[in-house]
Amino acid sequence: MNKKLLSAPFIFWSVLFILVPLCMVFYYGLTDKTGAFTLNNILAIATQEHSKALWESIKLSLISTVICFLLAYPLAMILSHMNTNKNSFIVLIFILPMWMNFLLRTLAWQTLLEKTGVINSVLSFLHLPALNIINTPYAIVLGMVYNFLPFMVLPIYNVLVKIDVNVINAARDLGANSFQTFLKIIFPLSIPGVISGITMVFVPALTTFVISKILGGSKILLIGNVIEQEFTQTGNWHLGSGLSIVLMLFIIFNMVISAVTDKDGEVNAL
Amino acid sequence: MMKTAAKKIYIALIFIFLYAPIATLIVLSFNASKTRAKWGGFTLKWYRSLFENEVIMQALWNTLAIAFLSALAATLIGTIACLSMQCMKKRNRTILMGITNIPMLNAEIVTGISLMLLFISLGIKFGFLTILLAHITFNIPYVILSVMPRMKQLNPHTYEAALDLGASQLTAFFKVVFPDILPGILSGFLMAFTMSLDDFIITHFTKGPGIDTLSTKIYTEVKKGIKPEMYALSAIIFVSVLILLILVNYTPKRNGNHKA
Repeated sequence: MNKKLLSAPFIFWSVLFILVPLCMVFYYGLTDKTGAFTLNNILAIATQEHSKALWESIKLSLISTVICFLLAYPLAMILSHMNTNKNSFIVLIFILPMWMNFLLRTLAWQTLLEKTGVINSVLSFLHLPALNIINTPYAIVLGMVYNFLPFMVLPIYNVLVKIDVNVINAARDLGANSFQTFLKIIFPLSIPGVISGITMVFVPALTTFVISKILGGSKILLIGNVIEQEFTQTGNWHLGSGLSIVLMLFIIFNMVISAVTDKDGEVNAL
Repeated sequence: MMKTAAKKIYIALIFIFLYAPIATLIVLSFNASKTRAKWGGFTLKWYRSLFENEVIMQALWNTLAIAFLSALAATLIGTIACLSMQCMKKRNRTILMGITNIPMLNAEIVTGISLMLLFISLGIKFGFLTILLAHITFNIPYVILSVMPRMKQLNPHTYEAALDLGASQLTAFFKVVFPDILPGILSGFLMAFTMSLDDFIITHFTKGPGIDTLSTKIYTEVKKGIKPEMYALSAIIFVSVLILLILVNYTPKRNGNHKA
């Protein structure tokens, strides 16, 4: 059995369904309707409408990524110290919610956040001021954090559990207090996981069009919404592809960073 | 003591955050009023009408069929890919792994439109087949990701020993290598199945007009209002998976080292 031959189906599949499609996006993005080369589709990002959408996307996804990080790091630390079965934790936080459809889960936040929704009923019962964030950028950020938090927790958790306890003990023996140990030992060792988590949250948040549509009340256009409209409504694939290329520049930048920091590809391993 | 209490509260808050929408949906499935906005009393009628709703049942069937077939195909291709990558030169392997990771790291919307452009230029009719092909594509990385670590832990000498003892390559693989990587294959399959089930964006761009999965059905209903049967269906799916997981986790295993 020639083992080289075994890789043939996978290589064939990757070329046909990953590389060729990506080349097609570049082809469409760099040509106009007559097939002539043009940069107009890419330069279209500079128009006021598109650059506003891109800027809004970058802003909201950065905020969401920071919030995810702040929520996920302590959680990953607590969980890495607990003697729980790793699998049951991953299933509970990551896999089980996925069996409830992603759109329905996001939609449920509408019910929770509405002016007369569940959260506001509880708040008014407690005589607290109402929370009016539905159809605002805040609701979109909340939706992003909700949907992508597990993608931040998992990689950080995976690096934290691999840290050798002896390294931490050595630091304590040498007189470091808890805070110093964290700052000088634990955090630097967990950076590959953090960077992986950041890319795993930032990319889907930057490119989403569903969360903004459901929780933003279709008033707020993100770059994902613009591209989706070009493909499904306006039918201008060339422009849509051109904007996707712009989007991919951010993604490629992200990929390079995560490839450099995660050489073995082990951080994301489930 | 204070510290452990604070930790527990923190975990509890995160769990409430993650599960509040799910609880909301389950409650809504018992809501007699047709709108999400108000509570109209307890009812089971959506559970009854769900099974008479052919559109939803068809979408459910499509979703499950695509999830199962795409997970199966991805598991097969991914596992074989892992096997072959074991004896590749390091440089080739890195390149191949890099390509594998593209659908995972790339934005789903870009993967979706790139596949849509491919299917259009190949002249494939949009429908079940295009969704299936797309799902296999984005599922393969998840399989490789869970099989690869198992493969790396393998002791290559056991396989060689089996060959020395006269086993054919195929026998040696199925008797020696396969049992060791089976847990990785199974979790890869489950991961792929779950990912396929929950996918909306890629399906949105690769589906044809006549076919719907649960996700795309829900998306078209978002504007006109979700049919309460949809909540009932999601509640059934969620609770059955939950029960399944509890059963799997708490059934005593024959070997005593299992910890739930």
